[in-house]
Amino acid sequence: MTDSAGTQAPGRGVDKAGIVIAALLAAVALVLVYDANQIPATTMYGMGPQVMPVVIAIGLGILALANLIDAVRGNLPPRESSDPVAVLLILVGLALLIAIIGFGGGFILATTALFVTTSAAFGRRAFATDLIIGALLTTLIYMAFDRLLTLSLPAGPLERLL
Amino acid sequence: MDTFAALAHGMAIAAQPMNLLYALIGVFLGTAVGVLPGIGPALTVALLLPVTYKLDPGGSLIMFAGIYYGGMYGGSTTAILINTPGESASMATALEGNKMAKAGRGGPALATSAIGSFVAGTIATIGLAFLSPYLVDIAVRFGPEDYFALMCVAFITVSATFGDSPIRGLTSLFIGLVLGLVGIDKLTGQARLAFGVPELLDGVEVTTLAVGLFAVGEALYVASRRHHTEEKIEAVKGSLWMTREDWKRSWKPWLRGTLFGFPIGALPAGGAEIPTFLSYSTERRLTKYPDEFGKGAIEGVAGPEAANNASAAGTLVPLLTLGLPTSATAAMMLAGFQQYGLNPGPLLFAERPDLVWGLIASLFIANTMLLVLNLPLVGLWVRLLKIPTPWLYAGILVFATMGTIAAKPSVVELSMLAGFGVLGFLMRRFDFPIAPVVVGLILGPIAESQLRRALAISLGDPMTLLQSPISATLLVVALIALVAPFILKGLGRFKANED
Repeated sequence: MTDSAGTQAPGRGVDKAGIVIAALLAAVALVLVYDANQIPATTMYGMGPQVMPVVIAIGLGILALANLIDAVRGNLPPRESSDPVAVLLILVGLALLIAIIGFGGGFILATTALFVTTSAAFGRRAFATDLIIGALLTTLIYMAFDRLLTLSLPAGPLERLL
Repeated sequence: MDTFAALAHGMAIAAQPMNLLYALIGVFLGTAVGVLPGIGPALTVALLLPVTYKLDPGGSLIMFAGIYYGGMYGGSTTAILINTPGESASMATALEGNKMAKAGRGGPALATSAIGSFVAGTIATIGLAFLSPYLVDIAVRFGPEDYFALMCVAFITVSATFGDSPIRGLTSLFIGLVLGLVGIDKLTGQARLAFGVPELLDGVEVTTLAVGLFAVGEALYVASRRHHTEEKIEAVKGSLWMTREDWKRSWKPWLRGTLFGFPIGALPAGGAEIPTFLSYSTERRLTKYPDEFGKGAIEGVAGPEAANNASAAGTLVPLLTLGLPTSATAAMMLAGFQQYGLNPGPLLFAERPDLVWGLIASLFIANTMLLVLNLPLVGLWVRLLKIPTPWLYAGILVFATMGTIAAKPSVVELSMLAGFGVLGFLMRRFDFPIAPVVVGLILGPIAESQLRRALAISLGDPMTLLQSPISATLLVVALIALVAPFILKGLGRFKANED
């Protein structure tokens, strides 16, 4: 928090990110109303399932407006510069994990991929070492939780060898 | 039932060898995970929920009690040794504790925090055991409209009243409420916000949300700003033990901290930040060594740590008697109950006294175990802190995804986890509090069904909310709590993000 480089000064100028946030909230409110209208109205005492989504949508609409005012006034708290590459690397790792699980590659392969990309995101460049450490760690976790605690973790080619 | 008899019965359950083992494993795992930087007790419970899947409810709740207290203890160790409080409740501890560690008095700082936590936890658990039956007596008289009004109070206090910005807090709450709508409506069987995806019909899993927001979100956030921070672990030098002087200076702050922590925690307002900061400022005012404050005064560790633990036991009062979670950690505990189809509240006391009193009794046992376990093992916990950051966060993410993979190994569920991770990252970046999202998700559907039940009983007349004196009072309280922060800007001193 002591680093002031890349910090945006609060209290002046329109905050574009804040406007995007307000727009997203308004969009969610519209989706809620749209979805509530798809629910067939049932006759019953009190309120049906379509009422609460509309109430929440109205609340979200008001909050979108309040967030918009904050953004236009530049009232958002200051934020530091961020490293998009690191975020992207972890997201790639999560995408790889989902794809490997989805295609039946198994727990060890999937989580090893996530391990390697995450440690790369935190600045490590020793790719081979991390690959070995990741594989060892995830194999250990697999053995401990799947075999010992009988949680069922998805098995792929590697797990069948164990 | 007589409290003493019930508690003795609970002790008999908790003291069974298997249950003692569960408590020991819980305390150990909770501390080990909680000590990792950036992981607070809420995430500790969320990460370890899947581990307890296969146990019977009794054993798993006992393990939970251990995880809960262990996670809190681990968090204060991190706060003292590397000045990165895992949650805002240990921020006050970090203020003086880290200074003490820098001055080579890390040992006594850890000791006063452990013993203070034990003292406060024990007194507060006694308070919990004796207060709960009275609250249960009141709670059975609550109608659905009163429950709804009570939940409105919790919504507002958790999100708006004590945060930095009521607007951002309420925005977080409403994100949680929207997520709570997803899935089949329990009263009519209609699907809401499922968009034809079968996996969404079951609703959003609380653990997926919590792990995504807390673990994945935190990893993304720390990675994105790793150039800004430099963490330094203070070695534990010198004696671990407290001197006579340390004891003399610690015992009063422990008791005062407990007096702040338990009542405030037990109110359905939640948050351990306020008692810890109240305790810190009180000790600062009362101390005989005012020049030591800011440089490592032991009172500034002893008081807030006791307040933190006492308020954690306090939040169990509304959770167990009313089913009302007032912190992210309590929301995760409620998710743990729901995993077994159990709903905390007055009925649980009547129907499953063995379970409730077994849990309360095991809080005592977990507390004692922590004291015995943690001081000798402090070297092990310090070594855990020394794991290099890249491997630490890579390991955290592997564990975090493992929970979801074990519970529901589907592409949709994992994509939701990743999506909540991005949401958590953005919320941290733009300074939205995280805890109200979790509370909104878990409490939103309960509040809705109570409201609908109330309206069905009154044949659709909304005035029923104002005709019940309890409900009317609570709604007025909620309204005041909503308006107050806009009028008194000064309340925003306490940050409400617990992550």
